[in-house]
Amino acid sequence: MQTVLSDDQVQFKHVVHRFFDTHSTTTAVRALAETETGFDPLVWSQLSETLGLPGTHLPEQYGGHGFGPVELGIIQEEMGRTLYCGPFFSSAVMAGYALERFADDAAKTERLPQIADGSIRATLVLDDLNHPSQVGRLIAADQAGALTGSAPIVLDGCSAEVFFIVAREDSGLGLYALAAKAPGAEVSAQDSIDMTRKVARVTLQEAAGTRIGSVTPQSLSRFWDLTSVALAHEMIGGASRLLDETVEYTKGRYQFGRPIGSFQALKHRCADLLMNLEFAKAATQHAGFCLAASDQETIYPSMAKAMAADCFMEMARAAIQLRGGIGFTWENDTHLWFKRAKCDEVLLGAPYRHRARMMDILQETQDVA
Amino acid sequence: MSHDGIKAALEAFLDAEFSPDLSLVEWRKRLVSAGWAAPSWPAAYFGRDFSQAEALVVSQVFAERRVVGAAQVGPRRLAAETILAHGTHEQKQRYLPKILTGEHAWCQLFSEPGSGSDLAGASTRADRKADHWLINGQKVWNTSAHHADFGILVARSNWDLPKHQGLSYFLIDMRQPGVEVRPLKQMNGHASFNEVFLTDARVALDDLVGGEGQGWAVATATLSIERQGFARGRSQGAPAPASAGRVYEELARELEIDNEPYTWYPQREGRPDLILQRAQETGAIEDDAVRQEMAKLVCLTESARISADQVSAHQKSGGQGMLPAGSIGKLGASVIARQAAHVHTMISGASAMLSGPESAFEGVIAETLISVPAISIAGGTDEIQRNIIAERVLGMPKEQRMDTGPFRDIPRNGQ
Repeated sequence: MQTVLSDDQVQFKHVVHRFFDTHSTTTAVRALAETETGFDPLVWSQLSETLGLPGTHLPEQYGGHGFGPVELGIIQEEMGRTLYCGPFFSSAVMAGYALERFADDAAKTERLPQIADGSIRATLVLDDLNHPSQVGRLIAADQAGALTGSAPIVLDGCSAEVFFIVAREDSGLGLYALAAKAPGAEVSAQDSIDMTRKVARVTLQEAAGTRIGSVTPQSLSRFWDLTSVALAHEMIGGASRLLDETVEYTKGRYQFGRPIGSFQALKHRCADLLMNLEFAKAATQHAGFCLAASDQETIYPSMAKAMAADCFMEMARAAIQLRGGIGFTWENDTHLWFKRAKCDEVLLGAPYRHRARMMDILQETQDVA
Repeated sequence: MSHDGIKAALEAFLDAEFSPDLSLVEWRKRLVSAGWAAPSWPAAYFGRDFSQAEALVVSQVFAERRVVGAAQVGPRRLAAETILAHGTHEQKQRYLPKILTGEHAWCQLFSEPGSGSDLAGASTRADRKADHWLINGQKVWNTSAHHADFGILVARSNWDLPKHQGLSYFLIDMRQPGVEVRPLKQMNGHASFNEVFLTDARVALDDLVGGEGQGWAVATATLSIERQGFARGRSQGAPAPASAGRVYEELARELEIDNEPYTWYPQREGRPDLILQRAQETGAIEDDAVRQEMAKLVCLTESARISADQVSAHQKSGGQGMLPAGSIGKLGASVIARQAAHVHTMISGASAMLSGPESAFEGVIAETLISVPAISIAGGTDEIQRNIIAERVLGMPKEQRMDTGPFRDIPRNGQ
C-alpha cells in the first residue's frame, strides 16, 4: 500500500491547485453564493473538458479515467481549500459513486460517461444523510417503479438535471433514475447556513422512475466510506487554508506594540491546531490509500471523516476567535469556511457516528482474530 | 567494502576471538582493538569508517551469532558521540575505549533546579584556577548518576558575557569528594534520577570540550544526539542474548543496572496497548460513552503512527523534512498518554483508587495513572514544543527576550 503521494500525484495536485486558485477566488465564491444555482457553468465546463476532473475516479470502461480515491482526494482537497462552488461533489462523487456501486451494467454504460465528462449534472437523492442504516425510511418505490416520498436535503437539487434515487422496495433498497423535471417530482430550494453549497428538498409523488440497480447493505457501506473520505479531503483542504491565513493574520496584526502572533496564548493555540491538522491529514490520506488498495472494510474511512470534521470545525472556531471581532463580520471571509465546516461536519454522519462505527469494526476484526 | 566482505571478515574475527567464557570487559577490549565495537566511527578512533548500511550488516551478524556488542546505550552514548564529534585527540584516546568496554559509566549533568526549560540559564560555576577548574553548583534529573564514573557537565565559566556565550562543557570525574549524588524520588515512587551537588569539585584543564565559552554549541550537539535517541525509541539496552557463559551473565547484570531507571517508561506513555483487552474483559466496551472515548484514542494513536510513517517515507525518498516531526510527535505522545489514562480510568471506575496487588494488571494501570504527567515534561515540555512548532514551522514571531546582556544582570531564581 502507498504511504505518501507519488511524483505523478504531486504533479496532478499542482495542476489542480493552480486551476482552483485561478477560478475559485473568494470574490467568485461570494458572487456564486448569492445565486440560485450556485455555480459558474463556464468554470464547470472548463474543469470537465480541459481537466476532465469529474471522471477522475470512475472506471475507464464507463468513460472515466480509472484513477481512484487518492486522486479524487487531491481534487477534493483543492476544492475545499478554495471553497469551490459547483456540482462536483453532488454529481461526480455522490451520483458517480452511486452509479458505479449500485447500478447494473447497462445503466453504467449508458449513464456514467455523461457524469464522467461533466455533460450531465446529476445528484443523488438520499432520504437520510446521517447513517446508512436509516436510508430508505422516507422514500419508497412500488412494483411499477413509482416513487413516493421526500428527501429533505439533496445537494444541488435545484440545478441537477438527473436524480438518482435510493428507494425502499418490498425487500431491500433499489436505485432509480428520474429526470429532474419529470412529472411527480417537486424540487424546492432549502436555505442552508453554507451558501456555497446549494441544497433542496425533493418531494416525489408517484414519480415514474427507472429502476437501474440494487443497493445492498455492503455496497451502501462501501459507498458511504468512499464518499466520506472524499468529504474528509475537502475538510482537510479547508482547514489547511484557514490555518495558513490565520497564522498570517497573527503576524500582521499589532496590539500592545507587538504582533499578536508573538503572544504565547496564540502561538500555543496555533501549534495545537497544526498538530490536529497533521494527524487528521495523515489519517485522511491513509484512508484514501486503504480504499484504493482493497475492498476490505477498515476503520480508516470513518476515522478520517471523524478526525477531519473535528479538525475543520475546531480550526474554523479558532480562525474566528484569533481574529477577534473582525472575524465575526460578514465582510471577513472566515465565516464562509466556518459554515462549510459546520455542514461538512454533519453531512454523511456526525463524528460520533463514525467513531461508533470504528468501534464496531474494531470489535468485529478482533473477534475474527 | 562489500557487505559479503564485511560479513566474512567479521565471521572470521568472531570465530577466532569470541568465547562466552571471556569476561565482558576482556571480550569488549578485543572488539575495540579490532574496530568492531563501533564500526561506524572513524578508523583513527576505534572504528572502521563504515556507512550506516555497513554498520547494519555488523549488527545483524552480532544478532545472528548472539554475540555481545559494545556498551553504548543511554548516557554513555551521549558522552561518546559528543566526545567523538567535539573532543580533542587526547580526550578521544583516553575516554572512548572504556566507554565502549563498559568499564566506565557516564551521566549527563545539564539541568539545574534553576534552569529547566531554559538550559542556557545554567548557573553552576566553573572557575579557572592555575591547574584545574573548580566547579560549584547543583544539577538535577541526572539518570544513572549514582552508577556513573564520569559526567558530561555544562557550567558557567564567564558571568559577564550573554548567557549562551558564557558556558563551557566539561568531562568531570564523578568519583571525587566534591561530588555528592542523591536519588530524587518521583511522584510515582520510582527514583530514576538524581540530584548532584558539586562543591569545590575539580576538573582538569584538559577536560574542557570544545574550548572555553563553547559550551552551548557542544551541549546542543549532545541534545540533538539525545533527540535522535528519543525518535528511535527508549534509550534502553537490547535484551541480553539468553545464552550461558560468563560474558552473558555479566552483560545481564550490566543491562539490569542500565535499564532500571526506565522500567516505568511504558506507563508514562499511557499504555494504550492495554485498553481494548481491559475494555473487553470488564465489559466496559458495551458502554457507548466508553466506546466514544476509546475511538478517540484509536484516532490519536493510529494517526500519530501513520503520520510518523509518512515522515520517514518522505525522508527516505530524499525529501526535505518540512516539519520538526519530533516536536509534533512529542506533543502527540502527550495527548495520547492523557487520553489513554482517561479511558483506563473510565474502565476501572472506583477501582482506579487501588494500587495494590488487587488492582488492575497488578499495579501497572495504577502506575500508568500516576506516571503520565511525566510525558509532557521530560525531554522538553509541551509548552516548549508548542513554541518550537509555532516559531519554526508556522514562522510566528518570537517572544520579546528579557535575557540579553551580561548574564550576571539577568533576573533568575533564588535572587
